[in-house]
Formats: sequence, structure tokens, C-alpha cells
Amino acid sequence: MSYQLNPQLFSDDVKLEPIRAGFGRGLKAAGEANVNVVALCADLTESTQMHLFRDAFLKRFIEVGVAEQNLVTVASGLARAGKIPFTSSYAAFSPGRNWEQIRTTVALNNQPVKIVGSHAGVSVGPDGATHQMLEDIALMRVLPNMVVVAPGDSIEAEKATRAIAENGKPSYIRLAREKTPVFSTDESPFEIGKAYVLQEGTDVTLLGTGTMTYELLLAAKLLKEQGIDAEVVHVPTIKPLDENTILASARKTGRVVTAEEAQAAGGFGSAVAEFLSSTLPMPVKRIGMNDRFGESGAPAELIDYFGMSGKKMAKTISEFIEQMPQYHQN
Amino acid sequence: MATLTIPQIEQKANDIRRDVIKMLAAAGSGHSAGPLGLSDIFAALYFNVMNIRPEEPEWVDRDVFFLSNGHCVPVQYASMAEAGYFPVEELLTLRKLGSRLQGHPEREKLPGLENTSGPLGSGLSQASGYAYSLQYIDENPQRFVYVMMGDGELNEGNIWEAAMFAGKYKLSQLIAFVDRNNIQIDGTTEDVMPLEDLKGKWEAFGWHVVEIDGHNITSIIDATSQARAITNRPTVIIAHTIPGKGVDFMEYNYKWHGMPPNAEQAKEALEDLRTLGGQITHEGAGV
Repeated sequence: MSYQLNPQLFSDDVKLEPIRAGFGRGLKAAGEANVNVVALCADLTESTQMHLFRDAFLKRFIEVGVAEQNLVTVASGLARAGKIPFTSSYAAFSPGRNWEQIRTTVALNNQPVKIVGSHAGVSVGPDGATHQMLEDIALMRVLPNMVVVAPGDSIEAEKATRAIAENGKPSYIRLAREKTPVFSTDESPFEIGKAYVLQEGTDVTLLGTGTMTYELLLAAKLLKEQGIDAEVVHVPTIKPLDENTILASARKTGRVVTAEEAQAAGGFGSAVAEFLSSTLPMPVKRIGMNDRFGESGAPAELIDYFGMSGKKMAKTISEFIEQMPQYHQN
Repeated sequence: MATLTIPQIEQKANDIRRDVIKMLAAAGSGHSAGPLGLSDIFAALYFNVMNIRPEEPEWVDRDVFFLSNGHCVPVQYASMAEAGYFPVEELLTLRKLGSRLQGHPEREKLPGLENTSGPLGSGLSQASGYAYSLQYIDENPQRFVYVMMGDGELNEGNIWEAAMFAGKYKLSQLIAFVDRNNIQIDGTTEDVMPLEDLKGKWEAFGWHVVEIDGHNITSIIDATSQARAITNRPTVIIAHTIPGKGVDFMEYNYKWHGMPPNAEQAKEALEDLRTLGGQITHEGAGV
């Protein structure tokens, strides 16, 4: 069964909504479904969209102030007491500032604390490099026991939040600030650990996570005009990686491109390259930030400036295809 | 567990010290001073203060204990073994491959541990999260949350974030200990990073503060009773202790913070402990 994409996908009036808005709805729904769900915030309640949960379940909402180390360690204690704590802040601060506390009291301690990192990526925009978290995927995916999810749009963020509430594991969910196109539908599937082929193709596999999946769909459309038939795969779960889906697509196309709104080193693309290098070695092009920090600017402007817009990526991908032979087994 | 008399608890503290020396000597690495200094408090907690069932570590009505200064875990392991959580013989596996007794405590490895710690500064927050859950979500006033911190550990900012948090929410089921032994790795606490006025600091954060001789079993028990009776604030018990307590050549010497005794030193230490018997509580605590 093929993935149901939003029929308005490429129209001018495609629905736009911040991914974090879906998180806010998902958390409230998770709170309705399970009385053990609690929420903690570090003085960014509306910004991270936790106010929907707070207003519905005041007793289960805990304001910890601007104290990210305390945020996750208090959550660890709540988890020991049988609760399912969601902690939210900007990704630059959590997991940016409190990584050791996450490592020891959540990951090693193996408690089902949910780390919600909002405002990830350069699309934070004018706030600049300090607030544009780009290293979080790398930081979180190297932790044993940790699940890492970067939803592609607000509808998926809602589903991912509900799924993570019930997975019983330490988990990281990565959110973006800016409004982005909604490419999935209410009927689209979401399961932790699953990747989804959005569009089939034979010349190259384009693997996207988070906000980059929509940009890859745009890139694939442009590539089609050049006669390049790209397969677009959405990979919302970075850990555990859906190795079967990725391998099947890579085997078919023989070339892989990854895209993430994060450092190209150590993150999603690296996870894919690590997997393929030991399974089916082939050329892998990783698109992301190339060992530099972001800067202030308008979100769309920055995405384009740093080579992560559909248009810029189409160019990068077509050059990659020209340079690299298509890998075939045997 | 049957209620023990004060002299019996003092004897338990001495048994715990003996276990600690043996464990550390067998392990060949680990911390000596802190665990010996804490033996009286742990004996009081595990044999009088806490409502626990060693044979049923996950008992839903239990009191919980969080160790924040994870490097002192030998004293917790020894207390747990003496209380019946696991066989005393297992103590000699400390720090060895395959052991449940990791060099720093790991909750998932050993039933009865409530947290995983080692990197300093996070235990008070975890205890606060648990206490918040009891007080505000479960609305269960019957259970208490105990946490042990080192004094050197109070250099960590995370501790003061938790102190603010517990003060704000008036977590009255939270009972914290500070092991005020005045030493840390690089020297005395007041040389490395002064903590005084320590009582005033906690009070300013909204806590009820009790200062005790951390080697006097009666004082320890009384302080915790008082803490449980205070229902509008968290309590911190600043327990003045002697690092290395009970072993003459280790007492007051910060060099024993991170060192185990060798075989010869262990023998001497055990002889020291035998002569002390149940009399150690009558000495001053160097307050």
C-alpha cells in the first residue's frame, strides 16, 4: 500500500503548521489516554506548546524554571515513581546543556523520560547560531537505550508524541519552530522504527528526516524534470533505524543521499552511512550543515543559503549522480 | 524487620565498616573515607529509619533512598547486604566483571537501588522528582524520600537548581542529608570552594535545616523524626562526620578519599574496628 501524501503537497495553499504544534496536541492526547503522563517545562511552556497539556492537566504539569539540568533529573525521579515524564525546552539547552544528566540518569538509568527538543535546526531563524541546535541528533543517537525521532510535519509529530508516550523507553523527539508544509495526512501510517517510501524511483534513494523530507520531495520533483527518477524515503525514526526499508531502497537504486537540518557529521546521514558501509557499501552523499554554525536570517533564506532547500539539494543530487556510478551488487 | 536497640544499630554500623574495608581491599580500587564516615547514618537508615522490605525491594509502600554521591556506594551495598537484600558474600564481587555491585551504583543491576549515580550533583533532583510525585500527583503522605549528598558535591550547580525546586514546591516528604566531612579530592572543602555559611544557604532556599553529629545514632534517628514531622518544607540534615571514621590512620585524611586499603592496611583497619566495638558513637564528631 502506498503512502498517502497530502494531495495539496505542491500547491501554493498547502497547509503550513509548525511541527511543535503537533507535539502540543499529541501530548494533550497522551495525557488523556494515560494518567501517568506528566509534563515538565523550563520556562518555555507556550513556545514548546506544552500549554495545551498544562491547561488540561494542571496537576500533572511542573514548571521547573530556567534549569535544564534539573529538568531532566527531576523527570528521572518522577519516572522512578511510575510516571511518564515529558520534558521540554529548546534543543540547544536540552539536550544541549544537560547531556550528561540525560546520559546518566535517563539513558544508563533506563527510565522512560521523554526529552523534547524544540526549535532545532537553522530554521529557528533570526535568533542566530546560539539557538539553532544542529548537534542534537549526533548527541542523542550515540546514547545506548535512547530512541530518536524527528517527525516530518505537525500531523506526524502528534502521532509520534502519542507513540513515544507508550514506548516505555528513554526517547528524544526533535521539533522545529517555523511553520512547514504538512505532507502527510491523518491516515498516513506512523510507527516508531519505521521508514516510509513516499515516492518510488530507480536512479537514487533520497532519505530525509524531520523538516528535510518535504524539501527532498521538492527536489525529487525538480530532478524528474531533468529525467532523474528519485525514490524518496521518509525516515522519522533515526534510532532504531529501519534497516530493512533503507536497504531495500538502496539495493534498488544503488545510490543514496541523506538530508537533515543538522550537522552532516555524526547525525542521521552518519547513521545511514554506518549501516550501509557494513551491509552494502555504496556511495552515500550526506546533506546537512558542513562543520559550521548557522547565523541570523529568515528561516527559508537560511535553509536555501546552507544548501538545504529543495532547489539547492536538486543541484547537489544531480551532481552527485553524475560523479558517482550506480552501485550494483556483484 | 525486628526493631533494633541503639547499641545493636551501633554494632551494625561497625559490621558495615568491616564489610567496607573487606570489599575495598578485595576490589583493589574505590573510595574509603566517605563510606566509613557514612556507616552510622546508613546503619540508622537501613535498620531503623526507613520503612523497607529487603526481601521485597519494589514494595509499593516503601520509603525510597537516592544516593547522589555515587562513589560512596560501598557503604550502601554493605548496608543492603547486612539488611538482607542480597548475601553478604556477594560484597566481595564489588567492581569485578559481571558483578551486580558496579563501581558506581546502577539501578538496573541491583534490586533495591533507586537510581544510577556517579557524576555528581543529580541525586537531589531525582529525589525531588519522586517526592513531587508522592506529594502532588499520588497524594500519598505515608512515604518518604531520603537522599544522601556529599559536601564537595555541593559545588555542582545542579544541586542548587534542585534546592530551589524543592523549596518552591515545599516538598515536605523529602529528607536530604549532606555528609559534611569537609574533604574533597583536591583538599578541604573550604580551600577548594568554600561552602559556608552552609546552614544559611539552605535556609535561604526555603529548607528546614538540622545539624547533627553524624556518628550519633540517636541524633540521626531524632533528626529524621523531626524532618517527617515538618509538613511545610523539605528538610536537610547537615551531618558532621569524620572521613575514614573508625580507622585511625584514615580519619581526617583527605588522601583516603579515593583510595582503597592494601592487604596490610586492611588488616590494621579491621583490628582498629574490632577494638572500637559499639563505642564509637560516644566520640565527638569534630563539629
